[in-house]
Amino acid sequence: MSRRHQNFRNYRQEQQLTQRRVLASAVFVLLLAVVLMARLFYLQVIEHKLYQTKADDNRVMLVTEPPPRGLIYDRNGVVLADNRPIHSLTVIPERVTDFPQLKQMLSGIIDISDSEWEDFEDRRKEYRRPYQSLTLKSQLTDEEWARVSVDLYKLDGVQVEAQLTRYYPFGEAFAHAIGYVGRITSKDLERVDKEAYQGALFIGKTGVEGFYEKTLFGEAGLSKVEVNARGRIMSELERQNPTPGKDLHLYLDARLQQYAYDLLGDYTGSVVAIDPTTGGILVLVSKPGYNPNLFVRGISVKDYTALRTSKKLPLFNRALRGGYPPASTIKPFMALAGLEYGFASWTERYFAKGYYQINPDGRRYRDWKRTGHGWINLERSIIESVDTYYYQLANKMGITPIHNFLTRFGFGQSNLLDLNGESNGLLPSNEWKKAKYKEPWYPGDSVNVGIGQGFMVATPLQIASATSALASKGHYFYPRMTRLIGEQPVEFESGLGGEHDIVLKDQRNWDRMRDAMRKVITDSHGTARRLQGTDYDIAGKTGTGQVFSLQEDEEYDSEKLAKRLHDHALFIGFAPAQNPKISVFAIFENGGSSSKPADLTRQLFDAYLHDDYPDRYDYLKGKQND
Amino acid sequence: MTESFYRRALSFTNARLWKLVHVDVLLMGALLLLIGGGLFILYSASGQNVAMVERQSFRLVIGLLVCVGLAQLPPKYMRRASPALFIFITVLLVGVLLFGVGAKGAQRWLALPGGLRFQPSEIMKIVMPMMIAWYFSDRQLPPNFKHILTVLGLIVLPVLIIAKQPDLGTSLLVAVSGIFVLFLAGLRWRYILGATAVAPIAGYVLWQFMHDYQRQRVLTFLNPESDPLGSGWNIIQSKTAIGSGGLYGKGWLEGTQAQLDFLPESHTDFIIAVLAEEFGMLGCGVLIFAYLLVIARGLYISANAADNYARLLAGSLTLTFFVYMFVNIGMVSGILPVVGVPLPLVSYGGTSIITIMATFGILMSIQTHKRAR
Repeated sequence: MSRRHQNFRNYRQEQQLTQRRVLASAVFVLLLAVVLMARLFYLQVIEHKLYQTKADDNRVMLVTEPPPRGLIYDRNGVVLADNRPIHSLTVIPERVTDFPQLKQMLSGIIDISDSEWEDFEDRRKEYRRPYQSLTLKSQLTDEEWARVSVDLYKLDGVQVEAQLTRYYPFGEAFAHAIGYVGRITSKDLERVDKEAYQGALFIGKTGVEGFYEKTLFGEAGLSKVEVNARGRIMSELERQNPTPGKDLHLYLDARLQQYAYDLLGDYTGSVVAIDPTTGGILVLVSKPGYNPNLFVRGISVKDYTALRTSKKLPLFNRALRGGYPPASTIKPFMALAGLEYGFASWTERYFAKGYYQINPDGRRYRDWKRTGHGWINLERSIIESVDTYYYQLANKMGITPIHNFLTRFGFGQSNLLDLNGESNGLLPSNEWKKAKYKEPWYPGDSVNVGIGQGFMVATPLQIASATSALASKGHYFYPRMTRLIGEQPVEFESGLGGEHDIVLKDQRNWDRMRDAMRKVITDSHGTARRLQGTDYDIAGKTGTGQVFSLQEDEEYDSEKLAKRLHDHALFIGFAPAQNPKISVFAIFENGGSSSKPADLTRQLFDAYLHDDYPDRYDYLKGKQND
Repeated sequence: MTESFYRRALSFTNARLWKLVHVDVLLMGALLLLIGGGLFILYSASGQNVAMVERQSFRLVIGLLVCVGLAQLPPKYMRRASPALFIFITVLLVGVLLFGVGAKGAQRWLALPGGLRFQPSEIMKIVMPMMIAWYFSDRQLPPNFKHILTVLGLIVLPVLIIAKQPDLGTSLLVAVSGIFVLFLAGLRWRYILGATAVAPIAGYVLWQFMHDYQRQRVLTFLNPESDPLGSGWNIIQSKTAIGSGGLYGKGWLEGTQAQLDFLPESHTDFIIAVLAEEFGMLGCGVLIFAYLLVIARGLYISANAADNYARLLAGSLTLTFFVYMFVNIGMVSGILPVVGVPLPLVSYGGTSIITIMATFGILMSIQTHKRAR
C-alpha cells in the first residue's frame, strides 16, 4: 500500500517530523545528562565526606605492634620472668583461599597436630582484626623453621614470625609468686584496651604478672598502614613505636624462695618471709607449685586436667588463700591483747592444770600437756605454749577485744598490696556469728579462738605480716612484692597507706614479748629449744594446728586420711631478735610436730643472714648488691 | 601558491578538503578528544600498564581506520545492503547459539580461522538500526500500526537470540537501537505513552508468574547493594570511589580505590569511577561534555541528512551511543542496575571499539556524501 501511495508522500513533512524527533531526542539527551551530573553532584559533593571516610576505611589499617614485656627481677637482679625469641608458624586466614589444601600441603612439611588445628580454628572464630595473623604452631624447632622457610613461597597466607614469648626459668617454686601469662581470652579483653592487645600473644593472668599487667605490658605500637584490596601493606602512613613494658624489681629473694620450697620436702604447705623493715616479701612459697611455662602459649587440656585433679592442689595458692588455724602462733598476739585491755599482766601467776573448764562441771578444754604446767606467768605461757592460760584469758576477754586487737595486725582482712586473690581469712566476731549461724557468741567459742583454733582462720601471708609487725615493734607494713618499677620505687595507692603503727598502751610490751619469744628457743623448756646454738638471736613461736575437718577445696581421700589427720605444723619467727631483718611463717600441712617448720625457719635465717646456702643454689645468687 | 595550498590543507576550516576524504572534522575532533582522554584514564585505571594502553591504542587506530574506511562508502550502498546484512547477521547469531565459543558462562563468539573471534551481536548493534531505517526508507512516515508491528517483530527476533547467549546488556542495546529508529520515524506519542503505561502492568503480571528465586534475582539485580559481598560489592566500591573523589579529585594516579584494587573492573566497565576518583566531578563533567559534543554533532548530522534512511540511521546510532554512556555511568554511579555495558571508547576492550568507530564512520559518510546544494 505504501508503494502505491508513494507519489502522494509529503517528503517535506516527513523530514520535518523526523527532525522534530531528533530535536526531542536532543532534549532527552540533555535531560539525562543533567540527571547524571546531578547524581555525580550528589555523590561527589553532598555525600563526599561519607565516601571519603569509606575510602579511607578501605585502605587505612591500624596495625598494632606488641611492646616487649617488662622483665621481673628478684632483689638481686635474678631474672624470674624473661622474654625469649621463638619462631612461630602463623596464618593470615584472609589470604588463604583453600584451607583443606593448605592443611594437606603443610602436613607434608611439618607435623601439626589435630589439636593445634582445632585450636587454630577456634581462635579464628573469635574476635580479631582482619588480616591479623594467627599462630598455628608455636615454637618451631630450628629444623622445622628451615623446612617451612623453603616452601613458604608456595603457601599463601602462611608466614614464619619471630616473636617474643615469656619464659620462667625457675619454674614451679616461683609459680605462685610470679604467676604466669596465658593466652588472651575474650574475657581478658573486657578489662583491657582491645586495640592495644591486637597482636599480643599473651596477657598476665595471676601473681605479679597479673597484678602488674599494665606496667609490664607497656604501650602497644601503632602504625597506620595503607593496604590494598588483598590486605597487602603498601606503605606506612604513620607510626608510633611501642613503649616497652617496665621491668619489675621484687623484694623476693630467688635463692631463699627456692631454698624454702625445697625445704618443705614432700609436704604440702607454705612459707612466707617478710623483711620487717620494709614489708617486702622475701619468700612466697606455696607447695606444690606448677610449671608456669605450660600456660604461656595456652595449656593443653591434658596438662590442665592433671593440675586440676591433683590431690595436692598445685594450682591452689596456699600462701594467699590457704585458710589455716593459726594455732599457738596466735598466742603472742593474744597475750598482747590481754595486756592491752588489762586482762593479763606480766607478773600475775596462774596455775595451769592439764585442762581448763569454763564452769566447774563443764567441758574440759585440754592442754597439750596432759599433766599441766603448774604455776606459770604470762612469759612462761609463751615459752611453754600453755593452752589453758589462753583458754582462760580468751574467756575473760570475750571475742570483741580479741577481734579489735587482732584486726590491727591485719587478721581477717586482705592486706597484700600488689597481688590479687588474697583471701581474708576469718577473724570471728559477735556480729559475724550472728549473721552466719544466727546464733550468739558462746564463751566456748572464745576459748577455742584463744589458742588460734575454732572459728579463726588465717592465711600464711596474714600470719607472716603480723609476725613482721611483732618484729618491728608494731610498725605494720602491708606486705608487698614489688620494690621498683623500672628505676622508680613503687607508690601504692594512698588509700591503703602502705603502713601504720600499732601503738600499745605500754610500748615496753613489744620488747617483753620479744624476750618471751626469744626464750621459746633459749629456755630449757622452750617449745623451740631445738633452735638453740645460732650466733644470732631468734625469736619465735611454735604452733600445731588441729585438723578438725578437711579444708575447703580439699577432697576426701581415705588412703591419705591418716597423714591428713596429723596436725598442721606451724612456726613463726624473726631474727636477729634485737634488730630483725627477716620474719618467717612456715606451715607443713599435716607435718605433725612443729620441729619441721622451726628447722626450716632456722635454715632460712642462716641462709638469709649468713649467706649460708648449699652450693647448689649458687645459680640463683644474682649480684648480691643489697 | 604551494605555500598557500599547504596552509589551506592544514587548516581544519578547509571543509572542502575534509569533505573530499569524507571525514567530518567536528565529529572527528570530538572523538579524538574522547579517545585521548580515555587513554589517559586507562593508563591510571590499568595500574600504569603501558602494554595495556598500547593494545588499546592499537584497537583505536584500527577503529579509526574502520571509521574512515566506512566513511568512504556512500549511504545508498549501505541502505541497499541493509536487509541482506540483517539476515546474514541473524543467521550468524543462530550460529553462535549452535556453534559458538564462550567465556564466563556466556556464548558470544564465533571462532574464525586463524584464532580470531567474532561477535555477531556487536555487529547487530549497527545492522539493527540499518534494517529498521531501511524498512522505513520507502514507507510513509509516521509509521502506521501494521508497520509498527512488523518492525517490532524484526527487533524481537535477534534480541531474543542475543538474550539467550545470554547477553542481556547487548540485547537491550540492540533493541533500543531499533526502537530509536521507530521513535525517530515519528512513532505517535500516544503509542509511546501507552507503552509506558502498559510496561508496569506487564511487569506486575510477569512478577506473579515468577518463582521466589527468580524474584530474588530480580530484586538483587535492581538493588545490588542488598548483597554487599556479592554483586553489591562492585557498586559499593565504585560509589565510594566516585564519592571520595569529590569536586576536584585526588589527582591522576592518586585514587586509592583504583590504585589499591578496591575498585573491581576498574579498567573495563567501571573506568568512569577511576576518572571520578582522580579528577572529581570536574573531570566527569569534562568527559560528559566531550560525549555531548559527539552526540550533538551526531544529532546535527542526523537532522541534516539527505533522506529518511540516513536521518533515521544517523539519529539512532547517535542515540544508541548516548545510551551506552548513560547506562554505563548510571550503573557505575548506582542509579541503574549493573548490566555489563562498557563506557564507549574509554573502557578497555576490543569489539565494542571497532563497532562504535564503525558507527561514526557511517555518520561521517552520511554527512560527507550529501550533494552540495
